[in-house]
Amino acid sequence: MQQNQKLAKQLMKKSKTARYERFGHLLSLSALLLIMAIVLGIIIFIATKGLSTFFKDHISLKDFFGGVIWNPGTQTPSGQQAVGALPMIVGSFLVTILAAVVSTPFAIGTAVYMTEISPKRGAKILQPVTELLVGIPSVVYGFIGLSVVVPFVRHTFGGSGFGILSGTFVLFVMILPTIVSMTVDSLKAVPKYYRQASLALGATKWQTIWKVVLRAATPGILTAIVFGMARAFGEALAVQMVIGNAALMPHNLVSPASTLTSVLTAGMGNTVMGSLQNDALWSLALVLLVMSLFFNLLVHFIGRKGAFKK
Amino acid sequence: MNRTQKQSRTAILILRLIAGLVVLILAFLIGYIFITGLPNVSWRFLTSPAKAFTAGGGIGIQLFNSIYLLILAMLISLPIALGASIYLNEYAKDNWFTSTIRTAIEILSSLPSVVVGLFGFLLFVIQFNYGFSIISGALTLTIFNLPLLTRNIEEALAGVSDDQRQGGLGLGLSKYETIIHIVVPAALPGIISGIILCSGRVFGEAAALIYTAGQSAPALNFGDWNPFNIDSPLSPLRPAETLAVHIWKINSEGIMPDLTKVSSGAAAVLVLAILIFNLSARYIGRKVFEKMTSVN
Repeated sequence: MQQNQKLAKQLMKKSKTARYERFGHLLSLSALLLIMAIVLGIIIFIATKGLSTFFKDHISLKDFFGGVIWNPGTQTPSGQQAVGALPMIVGSFLVTILAAVVSTPFAIGTAVYMTEISPKRGAKILQPVTELLVGIPSVVYGFIGLSVVVPFVRHTFGGSGFGILSGTFVLFVMILPTIVSMTVDSLKAVPKYYRQASLALGATKWQTIWKVVLRAATPGILTAIVFGMARAFGEALAVQMVIGNAALMPHNLVSPASTLTSVLTAGMGNTVMGSLQNDALWSLALVLLVMSLFFNLLVHFIGRKGAFKK
Repeated sequence: MNRTQKQSRTAILILRLIAGLVVLILAFLIGYIFITGLPNVSWRFLTSPAKAFTAGGGIGIQLFNSIYLLILAMLISLPIALGASIYLNEYAKDNWFTSTIRTAIEILSSLPSVVVGLFGFLLFVIQFNYGFSIISGALTLTIFNLPLLTRNIEEALAGVSDDQRQGGLGLGLSKYETIIHIVVPAALPGIISGIILCSGRVFGEAAALIYTAGQSAPALNFGDWNPFNIDSPLSPLRPAETLAVHIWKINSEGIMPDLTKVSSGAAAVLVLAILIFNLSARYIGRKVFEKMTSVN
């Protein structure tokens, strides 16, 4: 009887392999949950810090997003707290949009050349070069901006050379390889028979590219542009090195300005945790985070609308 | 030649010009970095410490810090990324849980690195009280590195054919044993390429480090390899300015007379390192593959 019970216990017990399997499953799941926790942690931490400007220090949303004087801890001539983030927000959007507008035609042209016109040369020369350029650290771009672009802008357009225009130039070169390589991927994903069908109908090569290939790849190209813009918007050091870091509304493209990231990197080390100056910076970080989430959402939206039906 | 043919010719000519222009810009960039930078690179430059006020400083400590941080960050992130990608590729079912996690990883990979750096500052430097240190920097770089590394490893795992899995299961191995003993080794070339490519990205990162690993590089005693001494190169609690941070730092507030020389030299070293990472990723991956497959 007792032996039977013992046996039953043994049979009911999980084998060593089964326990090992369970262990492995849980181990890999916990790694995944850790990443999930990090993402949640980042969002919660930055949101609580960023929102305390509004809840703890009682700054109104209007003053923050509408004000044009940024000098947290002091008051504007009209008696409000000087936490107007509008100059930085405008600066960030300006450099991002301008950089995207300038690089998009170049990027699409290059990608079309690489896939449709001269695939051999594209694969041999352009592909490795764009891959290398995607990997070049942003400080290097910033350094080149500082030693080449800023003097160039100063000589050609006057002013100090620091400003939105220099930032745009640097970001243009920075996001160009990103947009090119993603556009190439989406052009390559267009089935070959699309091109064959178009050429068989008597369309010229250009008509095929313009009316068939580019149309079919539009969602992919849009995703590439959004990715480039997200990279430009979040880029900190390269922009900070060439934009001049004056928290003023940009009057023109060559006057010193600032972006969300440039103020953050320059200011975070000089403030005391928990002070209004510091909280206001965290609010800028929160704006950055929200914009990054927005770009993500946009990519998802484009992807769902334009998924290739095969 | 009719009108549409002419139009086609002109358009293609314009496309060629655009591509040519882009090649020129890119060639100028790479040429500029190497031509202005490499003449300043010497063995002494690579090994001597930086100088704050006088000319002739090197990048020795910064280079060491970059490499040390890279190794630490990779050591921490590799097991996590491997586990996560194993789960995503082998266990995960196609449900809301999986898609939520995939979205979370995407969000993490698209976060600006300065935001990741600020989070690291908040959590490791202030909350955990590690201060500006190697360990804060390595943990922050881990967060920065995780999403891309996970995606790269997952792609490598997905490239392993299902026959291999069925073979393992058919021999009576459990799923996890199959993964560890068959799938992961088979995916090793891809995993190694992925690791090296991520290394290049981590090596050049600066924005995530300025408020975590700090912006100063105190002198190190290279004779002392006890990690518990604060001036030992291995000490995890010392502040550690990396090469990329150094370039940013001296260009924003440096006052040494040979600033341009130092930064162009450092930039060339950085880009050269990335180039080596890129090239070796392909080469080593292929070599490992050849070695693994020719044995049998």
